[in-house]
Amino acid sequence: MQRRVIFDNKALPYLLLAPQVAVTLIFFIWPAAQAVWQSVHLQDAFGLRSQFVWFENFEAVLADPNYLDTVRVTAVFSLSVTALSMGVALLLAVLADSRIRGAGAYKTLLIWPYALAPAVAAVLWMFIFNPEIGLLGRALNDLGYAWDYRLNGEQALTMVILAASWKQVSYNFIFFLAGLQAIPRSVLEAASIDGASAVRRFWTITFPLLSPTTFFLLVVDVVYAFFETFGTIHALTHGGPGKSTETLIYRVYQDGVINNDLGGSSAQSVILMVIVIALTAIQFRFVERKVHYS
Amino acid sequence: MATVDLNRVRKSYGAVEAIKGIDIAVADGEFLVLLGPSGCGKSTLLRMVAGLESITGGEIAIGGRVVNGLEPKDRDIAMVFQNYALYPHMSVFDNMAYGLKIRGVPKAEIQARVAKAAEILELGRFLDRRPSQLSGGQRQRVAMGRAIVREPAAFLFDEPLSNLDAKLRTQMRVEIKRLQDRLGVTSLYVTHDQVEAMTLADRILVMNHGVAEQVGTPLEVYQRPASLFVAGFIGSPPMNVLDAHVEADGRTLALPCGAALPLPHPQPALNGREVKLGIRPEHVAVSADGALSVTVDLVEALGADTVVYGRLPNGEALLVRMAGLPVCREGETLRLDAPPPALHLFDGATGRRLED
Repeated sequence: MQRRVIFDNKALPYLLLAPQVAVTLIFFIWPAAQAVWQSVHLQDAFGLRSQFVWFENFEAVLADPNYLDTVRVTAVFSLSVTALSMGVALLLAVLADSRIRGAGAYKTLLIWPYALAPAVAAVLWMFIFNPEIGLLGRALNDLGYAWDYRLNGEQALTMVILAASWKQVSYNFIFFLAGLQAIPRSVLEAASIDGASAVRRFWTITFPLLSPTTFFLLVVDVVYAFFETFGTIHALTHGGPGKSTETLIYRVYQDGVINNDLGGSSAQSVILMVIVIALTAIQFRFVERKVHYS
Repeated sequence: MATVDLNRVRKSYGAVEAIKGIDIAVADGEFLVLLGPSGCGKSTLLRMVAGLESITGGEIAIGGRVVNGLEPKDRDIAMVFQNYALYPHMSVFDNMAYGLKIRGVPKAEIQARVAKAAEILELGRFLDRRPSQLSGGQRQRVAMGRAIVREPAAFLFDEPLSNLDAKLRTQMRVEIKRLQDRLGVTSLYVTHDQVEAMTLADRILVMNHGVAEQVGTPLEVYQRPASLFVAGFIGSPPMNVLDAHVEADGRTLALPCGAALPLPHPQPALNGREVKLGIRPEHVAVSADGALSVTVDLVEALGADTVVYGRLPNGEALLVRMAGLPVCREGETLRLDAPPPALHLFDGATGRRLED
C-alpha cells in the first residue's frame, strides 16, 4: 500500500526540497559542470582568456606516461586501503562482539580515530614513522634498517596506506559491529550444535549474513580511498618522493592548483569521476548479486 | 537414542543462583517437558544440556556419558529454537543438510536423509525456498527437519511453538507428538504453556525459581500437585486456595467463612493446625445442601463451560467452573459442595502438599 501525502500548498513541497537541492547544485553540479567545461578549454597562465580545444586536454593526459603511473599507484593504494581497513575492522568487530572484559571501553577507543582531522592523524603518524623523531622510524634505523619514507617511494606508499586505512577502520568497525550484533545469536548456536567450528561458523554463517554491510562498506571505502585520502597524503608526503604516493586525486590538485594547468586538471577530474562512477556501477551490477538481504 | 541424566545440576551467575540443584533421569525415548513461568530457569537448564551454557555444578550425562566438558557438537543432540534459528541465506535443503555436510556424511546419504525428513514433515515442495519465503509453521517444520536428519541421541525443544498463532500452535503440537511417537527419540521440551505440557509430556518437571517443584506424569501433576505453586500453575482457571483450620477432632476442616468441610483422610498430625485448602474450580458442584455459600460476582460463559466468579461470606473469592451453559446470574447466591477427594491440603508455611 502506498501512502501519499497531500499538500494544500503547491509550493511547500518544493520549498522543503530546496535546501537539499541547493546543496547538491552548489557543491556538486556546479563544480562538476565547471570541471567539464574547463576540461575542454585551454587557459592562459593568468586565467584571463580561454580557448575551446575539443578533447586535447584528455589526449594530453592519457598520453602522459606519468599519468599511467599515477593510475597504477592509485590502484595499489585504493585496493590496499579498502582491503586493509575492511579486514582489520572486521577482525576487531568480531573480537569486540565476543563477550570480553571491558568491551565498552574497547569499542569507544576504536571509534576515536574517526573523530580526528586527517592532518592531525598525519602528524600522529609522523611521530611514529619519522626517521629522526618518530618512535618506530628511529627504532628501525637503530636496528640497521634504512627506513626513510622521504627517500624511499615504496616505504612512503606503505606509510600512507597504513595511515589512510587506520582512519577508515573506525568507520568500518562501527558498521561491522552493528552488522554482527544484528545476527541472531540462536542462529550461531544452531550452527554450533550442527557441528560447525568457530572458523566454519564465521565463514558459512556470519560472513554471508554480513554481506549487506560488507557491500555497503566496499562502495564507501572505494570512494574514500579515491577522494577523501587527499588530506592524509598531503600532510604526510605531498605525493612524494618522486610522485610515488601521488594518487589521481592528488595529481588533480598538483596539476591544477600548483602547476596551474586548469584544463589538464579538469580533464583528470572528469576521468576520475567517470572511473568512480564506473566502479560503483560495477559493484552494484556484479557484487551485489552475491549479497543476501534478509 | 539415549537416556539423559541430570545429577544435582546447578548454575550461578556470580552470586545469583539460577538453578539450584536439579535431579532428573530421563529414560530412553521419554518425552520430558520442563514447565514453569518465565525466569524459572527452564531454558537455562535446557541450554546447559545442549552445551550452550556452562555448568556451575553437578553432572549432565547423555547416553551414560558425562558431557559437562563437551562442546555442543560433540553431545549428539539437536535443538529446535523458539525463533527457529534457520540459516536465512540457505535454502530449506541446505538448512537441513548443513549439519550433515559438516559431519562429512556422503552426498547420496544426505540427499536420502533430507528427502526422508522432508517427506515426514511435508516439506518436499519447499526444498529450494529460502526461510523468508515460508510461513511460521513451515519454518518451524524446517527447524524440526534439521533436527531429525541428524538422527541425534536427544531432541531439545526450547519453546518451539511460542512464536506461532494459537491455531497453528495446536496443529504443530499434534505434529510434534506424532513425530516423537514415530521416531521415539528422547526429548526435552521447554514451555510455559500448561496445555503443551499436559498433552505432549510423558512426564512433566515443574520448575520455579531454579528448583524442581514436582516431577510426574501429567495426570499426577494435575491430581496430586506437590506444592501450592504447582497447584496454581497447572489447571485453568487456577486452583482456589483457602485458609482452613483442622478441628481438634481431626474430622472436619473449618473455613473462615463459617463453612465446615469433611477432611478427606484423617491425619492425626494435623489436628488443630492451620492449613491451606486447595479446590479446583472444576471440582466444585452446585448442590442444594452444599456446605459453601457464594454470591455470584461475575459469570463468564465460554460455550462448552461456564466460569463463575463467586464470593464467600467472608469476602474470599472462589472460582467455579461448570460444564455447559450458565445456570446462575450475577448477584444470585449459590450453594456449592466440594467432595472430599477433590480437597488438597498444603502446609501454609512451606507450600508443600500435606500427604494423605
